Amino acid sequence: MDSTRTEGGAISLAPLSGRSETSGWQNHPALLRVASVVLFAGIWQIAGMIPVSFAFPTFFDTVIAFVSMTADGSLPKAYLSTLQPLLLGVILSAFLGVGLGTLCGLWRTGEWLLIPIFIVLQAAPVAAFIPMVTFIYGIGMTAKTLAVMILALPVIVLNTYKAVRNVNTSLIAMCQSFLGTRWQVVSKIILPDASPVIFAGLRLGVAAGFVGVVLAELLITPTGIGDLITFHRSRADYAEMYATIASIIALSTLTLIALQWVETRVFRPEKRSA
Amino acid sequence: MKIFGYRVPMMASLLVWCVVWEIVGRLDLMIMLPPFSEVLRAAVDLVQTPSWQSATVTTLRAFFFGMVLSILVGVPLGILMGRVKLADELLGIWVSIFSSAPLSALVPVLMILFGFGEKTIVAAVFLFAIWIIVLDTRAGVRHISPSLIEMARSYGATKRALYVKIILWAALPEILAGIRLGLIRGVKGVVIGQLLVAIVGYGALFETFSRNFRMAEFWALTIILFAFALLIAELIEWVEAKVEFYAGARQ
Amino acid sequence: MRTAILRNGPKPVPEPVDAIVEVRGISKTYGSVEALRGIDLDFPRGKLTSLLGPSGCGKTTLLKIIAGLVEADAGTISVNGHTVSKPGPERAFVFQDFALLPWATVLRNVAFGLELRGKAVAEREKVARHYIGEVGLSGFEDKYPHELSGGMRQRVGLARALSVDADVLLLDEPFSAVDEQNRRKFQEDLIRLRTNQNKTFIFVTHSIEEAVYISDRIVLLSPRPGRVSQIIEPAIDRLVDPDRIHRDKHYLDTVEEIWQGLKQYVE
Repeated sequence: MDSTRTEGGAISLAPLSGRSETSGWQNHPALLRVASVVLFAGIWQIAGMIPVSFAFPTFFDTVIAFVSMTADGSLPKAYLSTLQPLLLGVILSAFLGVGLGTLCGLWRTGEWLLIPIFIVLQAAPVAAFIPMVTFIYGIGMTAKTLAVMILALPVIVLNTYKAVRNVNTSLIAMCQSFLGTRWQVVSKIILPDASPVIFAGLRLGVAAGFVGVVLAELLITPTGIGDLITFHRSRADYAEMYATIASIIALSTLTLIALQWVETRVFRPEKRSA
Repeated sequence: MKIFGYRVPMMASLLVWCVVWEIVGRLDLMIMLPPFSEVLRAAVDLVQTPSWQSATVTTLRAFFFGMVLSILVGVPLGILMGRVKLADELLGIWVSIFSSAPLSALVPVLMILFGFGEKTIVAAVFLFAIWIIVLDTRAGVRHISPSLIEMARSYGATKRALYVKIILWAALPEILAGIRLGLIRGVKGVVIGQLLVAIVGYGALFETFSRNFRMAEFWALTIILFAFALLIAELIEWVEAKVEFYAGARQ
Repeated sequence: MRTAILRNGPKPVPEPVDAIVEVRGISKTYGSVEALRGIDLDFPRGKLTSLLGPSGCGKTTLLKIIAGLVEADAGTISVNGHTVSKPGPERAFVFQDFALLPWATVLRNVAFGLELRGKAVAEREKVARHYIGEVGLSGFEDKYPHELSGGMRQRVGLARALSVDADVLLLDEPFSAVDEQNRRKFQEDLIRLRTNQNKTFIFVTHSIEEAVYISDRIVLLSPRPGRVSQIIEPAIDRLVDPDRIHRDKHYLDTVEEIWQGLKQYVE
């Protein structure tokens, strides 16, 4: 009653999604960031020069390999084949995931039926399914897209669901007291209030999608980036292999940074001005 | 962690899905999907085979060592980053990058560095699990109320006592949350590592089963694996609940 | 008709002539906690009535039942002679935690009630601008809630409630999340607004001073179960300089008397 109402200043958009996973890149001043990168490259270079292993190229060898692979077109070509299923899978997961998550958040029966499945899929090593997917769909685009979706969908569904379920109840009461209809409550309160967390879920989904597509290419379909890694490993071109791996990690990181930037810009006015 | 209010009744719907699975399996719609009862029977048979037992021992051993290593390195590293600004700024981006990067791409590197054996799997578990442990520990240390540390100082706590008696305990809820997430990631690491190496532990079994179309056994192994992952998460959640009473009351 | 138990308080209060909100036999139980038992109350038109009591006396619950946000177990609420059980256009609510849309500007927040009713953009913004001026927030139309202080946020909440042109304004501890100085200023503004707007205010508070300062009529509720224990009409002339009220003898006496009556419920 009264006492419970006084405690919660419910104006905050509680960022419920994995509090740790969202911690940002932003709070590092530029100079130190550069220093950090230089330090990392330096350690890599020294480790490669010792060398710690015959299969450990220096930083500069790797950079040179990256440039030559970009120049001869093998890297861009590989990315073309990797990014298609990734993009398709992420987009499909986004629509399906946000839809299912919203449904489960608003509809009790749907919640009861579907959420446990996604909890299990989220916690379990679903990578085990990827070889299975190839058996059903062959080694083409479909299998890769499905691999992306298997990994990306659960986190998107669960984040959306949590966001919708944890919408600020005071705002809902406000909307009802000003005669909002059920549809208005959903469209004008629940979805806007949930959108930052939903978007954060999409970001995590993209990260999971990268894992899925790389895994699919390493495990089953010898195409794209995964094939490039396997190919150069088999020829003992370690610099090329490392360059490929570093490039996919860099690409995924840059994508996530861009998404986080969009998130703060678009969805969090209270952070934007800060 | 009270992620979902009504955990027990909700999870009951999984039984409904098992029934659906049984029916779909009986209808013989897909060769991939044998009836659930058959999978259960296969699971019972499977756990009695020496190949499963030795694969489980291998897998658990690699998982255990990888996790111990990532906790032993991750927690101190997280505390360091939480307390020392310079360390945080130099290491922060890399921890952030690796915590969300497609680490599966790095497993081939581990394979050439550590060989096609158990060492690679341990390294994969370590690599998958450590970053989230570091991030959460750091967040936990950052959340500690400054007045708590000032209190310890004003009562003359030594540096060692400050870390052992205050910081470690005050950050414990987050550290445990990090370890729980780390364990979940570690399970994924062990599976991905073994799938990619393909001749160790469960990876080898998965390989055999799917190559020979032994679908019931494939599903049985998957279910055992999933159950193991959930069991571990549940276990840590139980420990977390023990310290949750002060997790909320600290700010 | 009145079931209020009259103590040795100030002079008994006569039945209001023209009641806009009538509460009859309202009861509410949460689990094993009896929040309200058999509440009968009349709220006079055009006056500011406070519901005052210690925490646990069910005052917010009663307000939310009047608003139609909480369902009563028994009893009826009528507004302008019509029984109501859901929110309606003749009542507008001001929330303790402001309940502003964090993603919307002040202008859109104030116009939100009209937006829900499907009013055209130009029309609703014209009304909203008027009331933004009325609560003293001109120039802040394009700010976001997080850029405003607590006091200013609640002014937005008040402007939103005024914009929908309801007869009755229901205010749920509107100043409890506002700092002391702003609260004082806000209370003065509220007294002025009430004189200008000719609306009925129902005001929940746990502050005796606040209730005596701004109310035409104070309903004291006692806890466990929530019941009406006393009704007081402080005879304070509010047309004088607001600062003088705080030193007014009658004001101070009333505060003291209410405190003596409530003391027994405070551990």
